Amino acid sequence: MQEIKRKYVIPGDKIVEGNFRPLMNVIKTDNSIIATRIGIAETGRDGVKVIPLSGVYIPRVNDIVIGKIIDHSSLSWEVDVNSCFSAHLPAQDVFGRDFSPARDDMGRQLAIGDLIAARIIAFDRTRDPMLTIQDKDLGKIPRGELLKISATRVPRLIGKRGSMIQTIEQATQTRVLIGQNGIVVVMGRNPEGIKLAMRAIRMVEEEAHTANLTQRVKVLLNVPDSPQAEGTSVTQAQNGQKGEEIQSAIEDVEEELEEGEQT
Amino acid sequence: MINQTRNLIDENGRRTDGRTADELREVKITVGVVKNADGSAFIEFGKNKIIVAVYGPREVHPKHMALPDRCVLRCRYHMSPFSTDTRKNPAPSRREVEISKVMREALEPALILEDYPRAAIDVFVEVLQADGGSRCAGIAAASIALADAGINMRDIVSACAAGKVDNKIVLDINDIEDKEGGADMPVAYMPHLEQVTLLQLDGILTSEQFNECVDKALSGCNMVYEIQKQALMQKYFGNETELKEEQ
Repeated sequence: MQEIKRKYVIPGDKIVEGNFRPLMNVIKTDNSIIATRIGIAETGRDGVKVIPLSGVYIPRVNDIVIGKIIDHSSLSWEVDVNSCFSAHLPAQDVFGRDFSPARDDMGRQLAIGDLIAARIIAFDRTRDPMLTIQDKDLGKIPRGELLKISATRVPRLIGKRGSMIQTIEQATQTRVLIGQNGIVVVMGRNPEGIKLAMRAIRMVEEEAHTANLTQRVKVLLNVPDSPQAEGTSVTQAQNGQKGEEIQSAIEDVEEELEEGEQT
Repeated sequence: MINQTRNLIDENGRRTDGRTADELREVKITVGVVKNADGSAFIEFGKNKIIVAVYGPREVHPKHMALPDRCVLRCRYHMSPFSTDTRKNPAPSRREVEISKVMREALEPALILEDYPRAAIDVFVEVLQADGGSRCAGIAAASIALADAGINMRDIVSACAAGKVDNKIVLDINDIEDKEGGADMPVAYMPHLEQVTLLQLDGILTSEQFNECVDKALSGCNMVYEIQKQALMQKYFGNETELKEEQ
């Protein structure tokens, strides 16, 4: 593997000098790369990026987000995705190509106040983001406990290949839906389990920057160390057998979730 | 101009609060003090006590203010009624409106506003206790709060004043020196880019004095920057400054 150099930076700090490719949260000046956010700078062979430690959610194409329906016009729903831009879900996405505003009642499918899991299909900051719910695991979320965390903490909550969230789900017998926009929905039959899972999520959010967090979450959830590790490796092995291509951690989790629901 | 009534620098070269000409007042910054804000900072700059909260990028209201190509930065500098010796009317005064404007213009060059078109960033600067140089302290705290809010920035803005007291150029003017001294020059500065974003002056300086004053203020900005940097690092990385390699 290639060598990655990490360091702590604040805006304005010079990360490296020389001809590197700017990837994320950095700007290139004459001959150096400057950080634009507080975070951890990573200098790799393919370029330089800063993993931010603070900030609000800015939509990105292909992000899976959880949003609330706040309004609808005759052709689309307006969805609050916890960002400075409100997203749009076209009615055709739900009703299909032959949607007719005169015939179809939009309130019947998705009412104001409903929660949906959706994927961002288009966004370039000049127009509001466009959503779709035409994918597996997407669509209306019928029940659950909602909580908001900072969007910068989402990768930490998911963990490496979903390890953190799997730990929480298995220990508390719950299902946790995570949107990249920092909205989390916890579902489960057991109210105690939901409560515990929410406590664990809050803890992950507050202590996201500290090391060895998975261990402390396990202590909070009373999970013995070794059996848990075995369980995780088994599920990952199953995934591998299915030959599913797992692109990012979020998809990994979504798949885990789906399996959980089917069983 | 007000005639000077007493000596502001004694025979030992000490000022009214016991500082030397090149000495800063004690500066303390705490990051993340307002829970509901996206970013916040509290600064104690001598006897100044200022709290800054940053919200955004968020939706612009009223909608017609939004700009299609960049973010709008809105700044509100406000002094609490109890911040001064005699009660200050809480309604925004002429002075506060001006400071709000110059503060916005001092912060704008550091922010990459093009990254958030059609959105707004709100900066609220509330002076809880005023002691001269509150606009500089406000700018210094505001730029830390903006960084805390995770807004893309080219650099941190640091700020510090310099001025003339007893015909001598001194760093970081306090309230008495501001009212009775000869000149006051607040300067905001981006240390990495080496660019000045705010320079005001009231009082009269010769061109040599002016140059000396600017140089002194910039050296003060660099001192303030170190404190700002430390405050930010403290909040996000604790006491470590270098990242230890994991795995």
